[in-house]
Amino acid sequence: MDLYAENILDHFKSPRNRGEIKDPTVEHEELNLSCGDKITIQLAIENDVIKESQWKGSGCAISIGAMSILSEELEGKSVEEASALSIDDVKKLLGVPISQRRLKCAMLCLHTLKNALHSFKHEDTQSWTETIGQEEMKNE
Amino acid sequence: MSFNHSDIRLQFPILKKGTYLDSAATAQKPQVVIDSMKHFYETENANVHRGMHMLSEKATTAFEEARTSVQKFINAKSAEEIIFTSGSTEGINLVAKTWGKENLGEEDSVLITLLEHHSNITPWIQLKDENDCAVEWVELDQNENIDITQLDKHLANGNVKLVAITGQSNVTGVRTPLKEIINKTHEAGALALVDAAQLSAHHPIDVQDLECDFLVLSGHKLYGPTGIGVLYGKRELLESMPPFLTGGGMIKEVKRDHFTCAAIPTKFEAGTPPIAQAVGLRTAIDWLLQFNWEDIEAHERSLIEKSFSELRKIEGLTILGPSDPKNISGCLSFVIDGIHPHDLTDIIGQKGVFMRAGHHCAQPLHEHYGIPASTRLSIGIYNNGEDIEKITPAIQEAIKIFS
Repeated sequence: MDLYAENILDHFKSPRNRGEIKDPTVEHEELNLSCGDKITIQLAIENDVIKESQWKGSGCAISIGAMSILSEELEGKSVEEASALSIDDVKKLLGVPISQRRLKCAMLCLHTLKNALHSFKHEDTQSWTETIGQEEMKNE
Repeated sequence: MSFNHSDIRLQFPILKKGTYLDSAATAQKPQVVIDSMKHFYETENANVHRGMHMLSEKATTAFEEARTSVQKFINAKSAEEIIFTSGSTEGINLVAKTWGKENLGEEDSVLITLLEHHSNITPWIQLKDENDCAVEWVELDQNENIDITQLDKHLANGNVKLVAITGQSNVTGVRTPLKEIINKTHEAGALALVDAAQLSAHHPIDVQDLECDFLVLSGHKLYGPTGIGVLYGKRELLESMPPFLTGGGMIKEVKRDHFTCAAIPTKFEAGTPPIAQAVGLRTAIDWLLQFNWEDIEAHERSLIEKSFSELRKIEGLTILGPSDPKNISGCLSFVIDGIHPHDLTDIIGQKGVFMRAGHHCAQPLHEHYGIPASTRLSIGIYNNGEDIEKITPAIQEAIKIFS
């Protein structure tokens, strides 16, 4: 299936949960240094459960589409559940094959979320290599 | 040799893989360059200098002949003024971290322009941080070239010690008036460094005519191999500068607590140099110089003008920089409303048209245009009209996906 599937284009053209939370529990920004894409995630967390997630940013259809798709999954998840999301989970959500050169575009949302949650838990942020791990080294 | 274009194209085996329009990032290599390096490794490989055997002598001769080829290519007065580096980036860093470190103080400034590649920006920002000197910027005029009035104003302040300027933008393809700028720079008592990474494959360079004090270029953008570049410097400057990297090869004598340096160019070539790459670069220069520059430039001009008029027909597409293609050389960059450059470049890449997306290591210029990234089309001697004709249909397909 094509990378630019209807689902992704739909989310790119009409992004969900793009906006701001008045008093977010946590806010975190990440960049994809290779292309300048930028995403900020805001989370409202109550009793270790994500009550609301909003985001803003600019980027390509893949990074924005993926962020929009992921944002629909966050509400109601516990911090623990959200922290456990993996790149395979995001790939499943996107439902299209992600080539090596677009992996960082697709995972910018996950990387931002992971570090937002680290920040919430007062932990050190993680690097891109930690987010996409060995996957980066794999051939297409 | 006559400019038989279909013959030139056949000498680049990789062009069968797709429509390559990314030569500003790295140029493809003709078969003779690839063969020359293979031949070197098969018959002449050894480390250079001081090896008392036949192979070392052959390798040393090949390496030094490459230096002479580069000297002739840019018309330097002597071969000692040619330092082999890993590329333009290392060349600029070398100047910043030796000459710059010794000569720039709190009262001084380095003047750079909005057309610079990051490699001609960040070494100067580092120098600013270390030496407390200033880095000043020359903005663009209405022709999208550097604003000469502003350059004059900066130079009139009397604190500019170095003007570091590109010969050709790697984003908009604008060529700067190097001679005029260098003259003005010298009148103000400053030195001029030219970043010829982009210019060198598209226009003849004569450092004696330009009178530049330093000039850098990269072998791989000149149809040569990666891993080699050139720093040209005027002899008296190079001799006055402290060494950059130190270690093997670059020394005259080493004692337990001090060392003395070899003469130029060896002084700046610590460690085993890129020998096979020098052989490849020499072959690339010889290969390129079999053609007349007039023919090369006329051919590439026609490709840029054709690209410009093709792209202009596409609705919602904006070309960055000059509105007249006559002021564009080697490459041009553009954006399309509603399509991120990464998506565009990925989609046309799948159609076999290979361009580049991003800020092309020129973030300040992209910031000036108010965009994070663009798509860049860049050409080499091997491109032809058919390559350019493939662009529009590929872009139209991308537009269809996003409409």
